[in-house]
Amino acid sequence: MIPAQFDYARANTLDEALNLLAQNEDAKILAGGHSLIPAMKLRLMQPPLLIDIGRIKDLSYIDEADGQIRIGAMTTHYQIESSDLLKRMCPLLPECASHIGDMQVRNKGTIGGSLAHSDPAADWPAAALALNAELVAVSKDGERTIKADDFFVDLLTTALNPGEILREIRINKNGSSQAYVKMPHPASGFAIVGVAANLIMNGSNECTSARIGITGVAAKAYRATGVENAMAGSQLNEAAIATAAKHVSDNTDINGDLFASADYRRHLAAVYTRRAIQTAASRV
Amino acid sequence: MKQAISINVNGVDYPGEVEPRMLLVHYLRDVLGLTGTHVGCETSICGACTILIDGQAVKSCTMFAVQADGSNVTTIEGLAANGNLHPVQEGFWECHGLQCGYCTPGMIMTSTQIIDRNPDPSREEIRHGLEGNLCRCTGYQHIVEAVEYAAKKASA
Repeated sequence: MIPAQFDYARANTLDEALNLLAQNEDAKILAGGHSLIPAMKLRLMQPPLLIDIGRIKDLSYIDEADGQIRIGAMTTHYQIESSDLLKRMCPLLPECASHIGDMQVRNKGTIGGSLAHSDPAADWPAAALALNAELVAVSKDGERTIKADDFFVDLLTTALNPGEILREIRINKNGSSQAYVKMPHPASGFAIVGVAANLIMNGSNECTSARIGITGVAAKAYRATGVENAMAGSQLNEAAIATAAKHVSDNTDINGDLFASADYRRHLAAVYTRRAIQTAASRV
Repeated sequence: MKQAISINVNGVDYPGEVEPRMLLVHYLRDVLGLTGTHVGCETSICGACTILIDGQAVKSCTMFAVQADGSNVTTIEGLAANGNLHPVQEGFWECHGLQCGYCTPGMIMTSTQIIDRNPDPSREEIRHGLEGNLCRCTGYQHIVEAVEYAAKKASA
């Protein structure tokens, strides 16, 4: 389990990291390392250069500004899990964090690293989609904002261009009802199915609109638009939720593996979607 | 290319040179000779290699030694003070929290973090905290009791 040889550079500022990245197109950014290092140990990845951004202090924060929650890309899962500000303003994020790996992994792994890696069974992509997150990418040419809807392109592939680093995650505040539920793989802890539900409800138990993010099921995390459409304007009773949840895998290529066949995953996805919506609806 | 690093381990500064690909657990064991930290699964699952780095429990098989440059590391060897067992070590002793002992250093390091963050954890909270540490002997019950013992002892 020894990675292939590589060169190592520690960036002390974001500019330094961007310069190194601009000069070395095949370099990889090392954040918390909890996606990258396992992949390197299996030699699934053999980057010639790692640019360590772990010491850049101003990439780790949880703030509120201009009606938005702003989270630095190097913020650890544990910092999010234990954030009082997020528990109050966006409880989906701490709840999602608490499902990731284990305590040691949450101490070191980062939200930005996980999103940029885009593992098909990682938890954060489902939450980012359900929350309509905006991802701020920075390069030597400047900064741009990418909607979560456009960020996850394919298996382990995001909309980040060569030379870009994910700097910040932004979430617009809203008064919605949220939940993340997950069936973890018993050994790895990754999601067999993970469902993030973010509902906007009105006073008469009606769902005005819904955003549902799904992970673990397909090659990349996706929004269950079939479920969202069925939920919009619908009363949140048990039958309506169960009917809507059945649309979770509409038009989706479902993964099958040794642990869970595609049929079993399809079944689980509907069950966990139902539970996520019910749980969110109970948190009005 | 080798990198010069200096890591403080259990209160002692260790300057050295490492290949960037050397994992922290191998540096601790093979270079510094601190073999109390164990290598188990090597895949971030089993927790046998858990250490504290700047007070945070991490799996030292999932970190390069260069990343720890300038940090303070605590391993199982650094837990007892002045010949007295740490409360968690004492708990594992008193409650039979181990059989073969392979997972024990990692279990103990993780448990110190659990108690550090929550001085009075419930059994549920202890089990949640230990999710990243596997034991193939005890069935965990005695380990949970050991952590309960340690929490009581530490806050006494």
